[in-house]
Amino acid sequence: MADRPDEPNGKPAAGNGDGKPPEEQADINKLLRASSGLPEGKLEAVEPRRAGVVTKVRDPAVALAERARAEFEGYKDPQQTQLWKSIFRVSHDRSDPRNRSLAVLSNVFLHLHPAKINRDAVRYNFTWGMGGITFYLFIVLTFTGVLLMYYYHPVKVQAFKDILYLEHDVPFGKLLRNMHRWAAHLMVITTWLHMFRVVLTGSYKRPREFNWCVGVVLLVLTLLLSFTGYLLPDDQLGFWAVTVGTNMARATPLLGHEGPFGPQLGMTPFNDVRFGLLGGSIVDANALLRSYIWHCIGIPLVASIFMAVHFWRIRKDGGISGPAPVMLDSEMKPLRK
Amino acid sequence: MAMAIPRPRGASRKWVWLIVAVVVVGALALMVQDWHQLWKISSTPDNIPIVAMIPLVVFFTWLGFKQSRANDELIERLEADPQAAKTAHRKTLPWRPGWARELHVWPYLVRIEFMAALIVTIVLFVWSITLNAPLEEPANPNLTMNPSKAPWYFLGLQEMLVYFDPWIAGVVMPSLLIIGLMVFPYVDSNPLGNGYYSWRQRRFATGMFMWGFYMWIILIIIGTFIRGPGWIWFWPGQTWDHNAVVFDRNRDLHEIIAGWGLTKLNVYPWKAIFGGIVVGSFYLVGGLFFHWLMKRAQMSRETFRSWANFKRWATVPGELEMKILQRTSILQYLTFQFFAISILLAFPVKLLLRLLFTIKYVWVTPWFNI
Repeated sequence: MADRPDEPNGKPAAGNGDGKPPEEQADINKLLRASSGLPEGKLEAVEPRRAGVVTKVRDPAVALAERARAEFEGYKDPQQTQLWKSIFRVSHDRSDPRNRSLAVLSNVFLHLHPAKINRDAVRYNFTWGMGGITFYLFIVLTFTGVLLMYYYHPVKVQAFKDILYLEHDVPFGKLLRNMHRWAAHLMVITTWLHMFRVVLTGSYKRPREFNWCVGVVLLVLTLLLSFTGYLLPDDQLGFWAVTVGTNMARATPLLGHEGPFGPQLGMTPFNDVRFGLLGGSIVDANALLRSYIWHCIGIPLVASIFMAVHFWRIRKDGGISGPAPVMLDSEMKPLRK
Repeated sequence: MAMAIPRPRGASRKWVWLIVAVVVVGALALMVQDWHQLWKISSTPDNIPIVAMIPLVVFFTWLGFKQSRANDELIERLEADPQAAKTAHRKTLPWRPGWARELHVWPYLVRIEFMAALIVTIVLFVWSITLNAPLEEPANPNLTMNPSKAPWYFLGLQEMLVYFDPWIAGVVMPSLLIIGLMVFPYVDSNPLGNGYYSWRQRRFATGMFMWGFYMWIILIIIGTFIRGPGWIWFWPGQTWDHNAVVFDRNRDLHEIIAGWGLTKLNVYPWKAIFGGIVVGSFYLVGGLFFHWLMKRAQMSRETFRSWANFKRWATVPGELEMKILQRTSILQYLTFQFFAISILLAFPVKLLLRLLFTIKYVWVTPWFNI
């Protein structure tokens, strides 16, 4: 019986020690009573109470400590905690292929990827990583751009001062502006190189023709994003670059007041397409505001939609195009009529 | 007697190339009069991207063509051996039976993406710490910047303004460029080379794109390094003279011809009709040129060995090229021709007419000039 502590009557007896059988315990009590010289019944009243206090305090404490130790052991593996499991649904067990797939499929940021890809598709010699880097730069630009927006007023009297403030007083303001600028330039370069790679690998071919067109739109939007941002510091550089750029719009056929057939259709500097772009006949306060809205809200929104389509279609067209097995000239099938 | 050590052929050629490169660079360096001016242009913060872009484009062209060459050799080998073509692994990348065909994205792709993001971030930090974004004086409509340049990626368009009226350079050309890029996959009727680098199988399509791509970059280089105050042509290394004036006798084509005795060309409607004929024949000749070009077989060293070989190359169409042409629909063919002539050919032709022959317009009408 002593080796079964979970026995119901084993526990209370444990007060004076070692879980002896009840009849033996009664004998001991009798002996104690005799030696103490107290009247009958008194001992009964005192002894159990004393044993009870010790028991009540020590036993749960020991049990609690035991539980805490066991629980603490559990915390040594954070992946087994409720908190962890509520965030990450999948164990990070590398040996289980199912987990590796689920790691991608159950993650909103990674689920644009398939679970598995062609073993050669991870070669960066093939992709140059330019599409992914372009997207990453868009994220960097969004992040730094939002931070810049906290310090910038698209108002003629304030814009240039804001840039000075940003450069000289805001902690890390100069770094922030530099990073936004250079990331934008880099994004133009990576977009072009991405397009170049897609041509060299023939990745625009069936079934990806439409996605190429989406990509061309994204290229144009990238250039426009960069261009609309150029005016925002409201310095000579941006002002004249945008003046030169938008002056071309005067010459739009039909819609510009200096373009072919423009004047015949009633175009003047105050109602033509350039006026619409600038919100005026010269690059001024309205142009600054329009540029700002296009740069921070309009074009990024449109670009995000096109990006979503671009990435989605890459998945739907079976991932990136290669490196595919080569086809031979002699295998070119005659065109189906 | 010492044994003559056979030297690999490539090694000696490398030396020749190196010497040629040194001589060329040395000659160019001697032509530079004003190093300070050159440095000032190249180190302008906003020009750094284009300075960086030139070696990047060269590097990635090399990287692409290296892989094209490997694939082309494989294709050639398999084409010569139909039995091997049935069983061979059709990639130049290593492969062993038993290897898994697919990899898990987690971690094999995700870790590459992570590393790429990390490297780009580091590059951006270093770039941003070492180089400040430009900030000029506050905008002043009364003080014109000279030269007043667009951002570098639009300098191609600004350079076009020299050769065409603004409605063409600023509106029509960019639109054609965008639409031309969009129709590109639809006019390429060649099913080969889908998803792998190859030059041999798609020389014409790749070549046409690269023609446009490099033209765009060359225009940007001209706009960045060559155009100075007043948008005047200063060679790299020449001092930008703010007082320079160029006395170009820019004339229209019909004026030159009229000077030869056909005085009627100076008046309407003959002036306009003459220009129309010139532009029309340009499209005709351009069309014939592209038609000839798209049928050409690959050049080899043999092509230049003898005149007969060259003549054969120039007159006998390539087999693969003819097969591709037969797959091309009439609509595809005409669409391609239109964009190729209007952008790829019109632009360099007008550039040369202007820079070499100082011709301003070839077609003058009361409504528009080209």
